[in-house]
Amino acid sequence: MREMTVPFLILAAVTLVGASAAMLFRGLVHCALALAVAFAGIGSLYLSLGAQFLGLAQLLVYVGAIAVLIVFVILLTRGGDSDSPPLSAARWPITGLMVAMAIFAILAWAVLHSFAIHTAGTLAPQATIRQMGTALMESYVLPLEVIGLMLTAALIGAVIVAMKENPR
Amino acid sequence: MTGLAGCLLVSSMLFAVGLAGALTRRNTILVLVGIELMLNAANLNFVAFWRFGPHAGAMTGMIFVLFSIGVAAAEAAVGLALILAVYRHTKTTDLSQLTGVRR
Repeated sequence: MREMTVPFLILAAVTLVGASAAMLFRGLVHCALALAVAFAGIGSLYLSLGAQFLGLAQLLVYVGAIAVLIVFVILLTRGGDSDSPPLSAARWPITGLMVAMAIFAILAWAVLHSFAIHTAGTLAPQATIRQMGTALMESYVLPLEVIGLMLTAALIGAVIVAMKENPR
Repeated sequence: MTGLAGCLLVSSMLFAVGLAGALTRRNTILVLVGIELMLNAANLNFVAFWRFGPHAGAMTGMIFVLFSIGVAAAEAAVGLALILAVYRHTKTTDLSQLTGVRR
């Protein structure tokens, strides 16, 4: 992929439209659904970049777990009604948008003026699921164990934090 | 424009969208969603540099994104549990009403 191809542009447009919709919609459930679209778009971008395992993991973890978790919390906290305040009642509408646009301008300037974008590799690297598994089980087995321990601890902590306090 | 520049521009746009949402939305859940979008933008950068970088055979970018997805999952779970706990006390998820710490 020397130049940007049409599938890449379509997937990028889907991702960005989904992300913007997730940040702009009024109804919280609509936001969560648009977020799922954005996550699926990012997963498809991974797939189009040749990262098969990551694309599937992104779909499983983000679309399958995190979006559903967010929907659960929305339903638990509001009962699904869409009485979230309008955008004109945003916290710092002008400041927030200006900060975000300034950050984007800086990042885009840095990307477009970087010499690294002209020295991009040409041939697609191979990373099959088998190679990923081998790398995870051989070179990266200690970080894998640590991340598993951290996930367990975080999930137990999340359950304890969200648990009802027992009435004494 | 090369593929790397396209990926990096898309990811910086995604980051800006997430940052704007995290800064402007009043709902706690949507602030968390904005943070998730920013994390995803960083992951997209890792994958892009893995794909177009000179040492793609090492797969460090892919492994890093895998661990980053794990950390993001833990972060989302703990964050949403905290939102639930705060909601149980204050009966709101509106950030402009959660000023109890400020006083």
